[in-house]
Amino acid sequence: MNVLVIAEHDNGQLKSETSKVVNAATKVATNIDVLIAGHNVGEAAKSASEISGVTKVRVVDNAGFEHQLAENTADLVVEIAGSYSHIFASASTTGKNILPRVSALLDKSQISEIIEVVDGDTFKRPIYAGNAIATVKSLDETKVITVRASAFDSQGSQSPCEVDSLAIEIENGLSEFVSIEQTESERPELNAAPVVISGGRGMQNGENFALLNGIADKLGAAIGASRAAVDAGFVPNDMQVGQTGKIVAPDLYIAVGISGAIQHLAGMKDSKVIVAINKDPDAPIFQVADYGLVADLFDVLPELETAL
Amino acid sequence: MKVLVPIKRVIDYNVKARVKPDNTDVDLTNVKMAMNPFCEIAVEEAIRLKEAGSASEVIVVSIGDKACQEQLRTALALGADKAIHVQTDAKLESLHVAKLLAKLVEQQQPELVILGKQSIDSDNNQTGQMLAALTKRSQGTFASKVVIEDGKAQVTREVDGGLQTVSLTLPAIVTTDLRLNEPRYASLPNIMKAKRKPLETIEAQSLNVDLSPRIELVKVEEPSKREAGVMVESVDELVTKLKTEAKVIS
Ligand SMILES: Cc1cc2nc3c(=O)[nH]c(=O)nc-3n(C[C@H](O)[C@H](O)[C@H](O)COP(=O)(O)OP(=O)(O)OC[C@H]3O[C@@H](n4cnc5c(N)ncnc54)[C@H](O)[C@@H]3O)c2cc1C
Ligand SMILES: Nc1ncnc2c1ncn2[C@@H]1O[C@H](COP(=O)(O)O)[C@@H](O)[C@H]1O
Repeated sequence: MNVLVIAEHDNGQLKSETSKVVNAATKVATNIDVLIAGHNVGEAAKSASEISGVTKVRVVDNAGFEHQLAENTADLVVEIAGSYSHIFASASTTGKNILPRVSALLDKSQISEIIEVVDGDTFKRPIYAGNAIATVKSLDETKVITVRASAFDSQGSQSPCEVDSLAIEIENGLSEFVSIEQTESERPELNAAPVVISGGRGMQNGENFALLNGIADKLGAAIGASRAAVDAGFVPNDMQVGQTGKIVAPDLYIAVGISGAIQHLAGMKDSKVIVAINKDPDAPIFQVADYGLVADLFDVLPELETAL
Repeated sequence: MKVLVPIKRVIDYNVKARVKPDNTDVDLTNVKMAMNPFCEIAVEEAIRLKEAGSASEVIVVSIGDKACQEQLRTALALGADKAIHVQTDAKLESLHVAKLLAKLVEQQQPELVILGKQSIDSDNNQTGQMLAALTKRSQGTFASKVVIEDGKAQVTREVDGGLQTVSLTLPAIVTTDLRLNEPRYASLPNIMKAKRKPLETIEAQSLNVDLSPRIELVKVEEPSKREAGVMVESVDELVTKLKTEAKVIS
């Protein structure tokens, strides 16, 4: 069996999710090729070649793929999909955008966001916001799959494997990139940080999120948010943790002023240790918290920063 | 411009799904059902486009058993002009839904199809992208803003690193994210009026799509439960426990 892993990258750098998707791929096959489609991706390709378990890196480097738009990137994947039994991508917004398009072009039914590989045909995935875990078996000869990276470990490193350049250009006659508004942050990325501290509606406004900064600095944490906090405009959308935001599973997750709606829990309940700070002792977040503190966040956040 | 909005009947988002004791599936008997929240946003966006004069007609479509007519009526009450119910009792995968929708797109020739980004039951997040592939159309997924001008749809997309804007050549497929708009409620007079709006039923078989399963549901289980934790009295106690007991900070 051969797996094609579609790399997660921002042209400049390979994202840490790629290694986790490769880890999932090692559970179905020993031949694992990684595809990097983008522009000026030399560095990212090198990083991919050093992920343990990768057989070959296939690079398609031209301006047409700079923004990884779904229309021509899906055509590219279909063009090289030929001999692969499995096509894996991270369940990131990029993977979710491209892979179902690939799947339909190949006339295959996609399996989304797997959290476990049972065997080459059979996978586990959460449904109903994680309130149930389905075991599903693909009857298609090619398995098209997105992987929830947080459910898999990172691979170790290896001495670089073969890197193949493919001269494939595919026009995108359907859509054009206009702009990107990137959230600038010095902090680690939400889905890669060992510690995440998230604020909810209880934070009251955007300025108060600064109360989390000092704590995040001390813990090397990423800062997340509930949808209510994002909706209210306290923080940007890419900080949302949950069923429809980012799925995280850090060693430590600290929920501050978050009630614990099922949609939020879906995004963080696989964290190793959960701490909840909430002034309402009946808040559902306490049902999943390892350590709960019933208190006013405006009192305890400064205390916590000092105590660390 | 004609706009087609596929909507799905799903478990109400406030209800926690329960797994059947025999682990064959989730138990939906006597469970409150509703329109998928992302589809509500899709309907709202289409109605706003009509109100703004960009859209001329809003057609809603739902694929499933007879019960999904309830959600179609809701969409009509919200302002859709016409509803199509594609009747089937089959268990559908997103690929099947996309293929059925592709047939309707062929028949109806909408310039814009707006879907939800994800069903909150299957959590698939596939149908819109698949429909775009099958109809060879451009796609703007996870939209938080849609502007129609000069034969293009400018779509701002919620992506992992922030917001990306793409320009789509019409006809296009758009899928909605939560922040695209805030759906309205249907007024009583509009609910009454909706009863007289056209709702057409067609049999899924008549569309000649192979609906045989590609994915077998082997079993459905409860997620592993977290052990009940402890309550701490103070920040100091919390920090001590995190250091010495949980050992997640040093
Ligand atoms: C389709 C759909 C998808 C969704 N996806 C997501 C998702 O991905 N992520 C997500 O988070 N939500 C999601 N939601 C929304 C979710 O249902 C909840 O509305 C949301 O998570 C609530 O956010 P919150 O806990 O911050 O706010 P609230 O529920 O309002 O809770 C605020 C909490 O703060 C506490 N509090 C207030 N003041 C203080 C204080 N001074 N000190 C301490 N505690 C205080 C309160 O006791 C309360 O428990 C989704 C909803 C839908 C319909
Ligand atoms: N049975 C259905 N009938 C109509 N629309 C559907 C159906 N299933 C999915 N959709 C549409 O596709 C979107 C995404 O669904 P999914 O790919 O299943 O997560 C939904 O929000 C709907 O707009």
